Amino acid sequence: MNDFRIPLGTWIASFIDWITVTFGFVFDFIKVIVDGAFGGVNFLLVAPPFYVIIALAAALGLATRGWKFAVGTVIGLGLILGVNQWENAMATLALVLVASIIAIAISIPLGVLAAKSSAASSIIRPILDFLQTMPAFVYLVPALILFRVGEVPGIVATIIFAMAPGVRLTELGIRGVDKEVVEAGQAFGASPWRILRQIQLPLATPTIMAGINQVIMLSLSMVVIAGMVGAGALGGEIVASLSRLDVALGFEAGFAVVILAIYLDRITAALGTGDTPLGRMLARRKAPGLPAASVSAPAPALV
Amino acid sequence: MSDITHTPETVPATPVAPSEIAVKADHLYKAFGRRPHEMVKRIAAGASRSDVSNLGVAAVIDASFEVKRGEIFVVMGLSGSGKSTLIRMLNGLWETTSGTVTVGGTDITGISAAELRDVRRQSISMVFQHFALLPHRTVIDNVAYGLEIQGMGRVERLARAQTIIDLVGLGGWADNLPSELSGGMQQRVGLGRALAADTDVLLMDEAFSALDPLIRREMQEQLIELQEALGKTIIFITHDLNEAMFLGDRIAVMRDGRIVQIGTPEEILTDPANDYVAQFVQDVDRARVLTATSVMEPVRSVVTKTAGPRAALRTMRDLQTSVVFVLNRDRSFAGIVRDRDVLKMVKAGDTDLRTIIRDDATTVSPDTALVDLVEPSVGSDLPIAVVDAKNRLLGVIPRVTLLAAIGNVTTNTGTLPIVEPPSTVSISIITETLRDTETHTETHTEALTETPRVTETPRDTALEGAEA
Repeated sequence: MNDFRIPLGTWIASFIDWITVTFGFVFDFIKVIVDGAFGGVNFLLVAPPFYVIIALAAALGLATRGWKFAVGTVIGLGLILGVNQWENAMATLALVLVASIIAIAISIPLGVLAAKSSAASSIIRPILDFLQTMPAFVYLVPALILFRVGEVPGIVATIIFAMAPGVRLTELGIRGVDKEVVEAGQAFGASPWRILRQIQLPLATPTIMAGINQVIMLSLSMVVIAGMVGAGALGGEIVASLSRLDVALGFEAGFAVVILAIYLDRITAALGTGDTPLGRMLARRKAPGLPAASVSAPAPALV
Repeated sequence: MSDITHTPETVPATPVAPSEIAVKADHLYKAFGRRPHEMVKRIAAGASRSDVSNLGVAAVIDASFEVKRGEIFVVMGLSGSGKSTLIRMLNGLWETTSGTVTVGGTDITGISAAELRDVRRQSISMVFQHFALLPHRTVIDNVAYGLEIQGMGRVERLARAQTIIDLVGLGGWADNLPSELSGGMQQRVGLGRALAADTDVLLMDEAFSALDPLIRREMQEQLIELQEALGKTIIFITHDLNEAMFLGDRIAVMRDGRIVQIGTPEEILTDPANDYVAQFVQDVDRARVLTATSVMEPVRSVVTKTAGPRAALRTMRDLQTSVVFVLNRDRSFAGIVRDRDVLKMVKAGDTDLRTIIRDDATTVSPDTALVDLVEPSVGSDLPIAVVDAKNRLLGVIPRVTLLAAIGNVTTNTGTLPIVEPPSTVSISIITETLRDTETHTETHTEALTETPRVTETPRDTALEGAEA
């Protein structure tokens, strides 16, 4: 009895080994791409003086949420700068942005597919359950084997972990679009692609944006874990503080993570509702007041 | 796409000719379930809807009808009767389980998705119950949506959309979002979108059901005006019988997936095919549906103009009425004469009825709704004369007949006891007068002028007594 054991772990390990040998070039290619993307974004964030980045972040905050949030942004980023975590924070931001963008680029089409086909949905759903509930650390091991130490295994593990809500909420949003409006598109002879582009995606946008928000939040939490595989940045600092029992460093890096998280969350949430100060301003400029026509149903004007 | 889309106010002359028929449904079935075809086979073999309920739902059963070009064809039924399923098969939104649908001569069952999209762009558009507007687009972009799909350029389609917006009475709202409009106005946008696509056929799925009653009536009236102006073929789905009766040239009544009767509103109302339809039409607003033709009675008190006053007087006496309808030689309606006038004339010895013909009788055309007869009927004690386009007298509608018809006292609209206003001059006087004049004409031809003078005094007092 005790001798019986399903060698599941061994199977997966040999599967990963086989993949590493057979598709090594594919993973090398992915590594180059992701590495390049991270390097580029990181450079954009670190190269300019800090006040330029702070000003840009505050301007974005002003456009999406208003002046109070802009002031908060300046104070928060100033705090990060004050505890000397600026470069680490920017590196973390670059990790999050690259991971999120790739995760979103994969998850939205998958969500559309799942919404359009029930068969695809029933295949994708259990896979997402698996990806989301598997402890995040577990992804780090094969990622480390496939991509070796550095930012790339961290980013890839983050993408896998953070993708699920993007797919789910995209599917939910598209399935939730008023059936009659979709029928209207069909009844006027629109192609499925046009219906997706002009009706389903625009109407599902709030839900999809909620998904994007979740993807970014999960990325941020995962990016810290990715510090363990040498992704560096704030995650690296936190891992280092853990090993050195450095409470001060741990909290300073931790605060930086919290500030980034709040900033990203509020910005994406505001974009999700579509109700931003900038949007309102543009709308006012576009439609200068309602027409003078009576508010009740106007008299029918016939030929 | 083709030239069809660029000629707004004309019905495209389709070469696929015997088409006075715009849409034809031939033995349509739609079943939902795991084995729809088996369900259809069993129902066609005589099984009922509940017999096959273990297999699924038979939404539409053996529906066949033809909709003529330029007709408003109403499909009426309660919820669950299959009418929404039926209309969605007409433009292929739902595939038929069995049977064929022909739109403008094209059989749309079993054609490819691309061909079907073409048919929808060119031939058949739709208005939805809950408007189904694109909420993120302005009114004008919504109206232009069909044209955009047809591939029309932006400038051209916006110009077209603007004319349609004015047509449906939304001028000045073109740049608003649908959410800024009231329900009635939103449905005008929906209607405008369907009209702008300039298809021959319009499907309207409970289009006015979500609107307030007042707005609904306004929209119904506007729809009829638009239909008359543009000549569209309209297939209208509703659960509201009054709406069906008001709009429909013909009505198909559906029950449990089957069409139980197809007919004009009057046929449905006066000759229901079964108890279900009869019960359904019980509380319909009859005054709006029934027309003068369906309640009018044959005219009995009628004389030709040349018949002379004595013939008129005799008719009055025989029928005990005070009024006779007078016809010209070509049977067209000339007017009426009243008993007192005729009596005087006879006594005076005149013979030309024309001098006393009055034209105070109300005349109406045969297709006037009863509701429009109430006012003239109350305003005068004369029966209303029903005349056709050539002014020929078809029949009369006394007030009592009108009331009986509106109140649905009896479906038998045959002769009722009192047809015309009762005589105001007593029969004995009329008889006496007639007898006197007969005596004169027979014996004292030369004393014609004298006799009236002899009898004048007592008769005049009698006459005044009758009047008092």
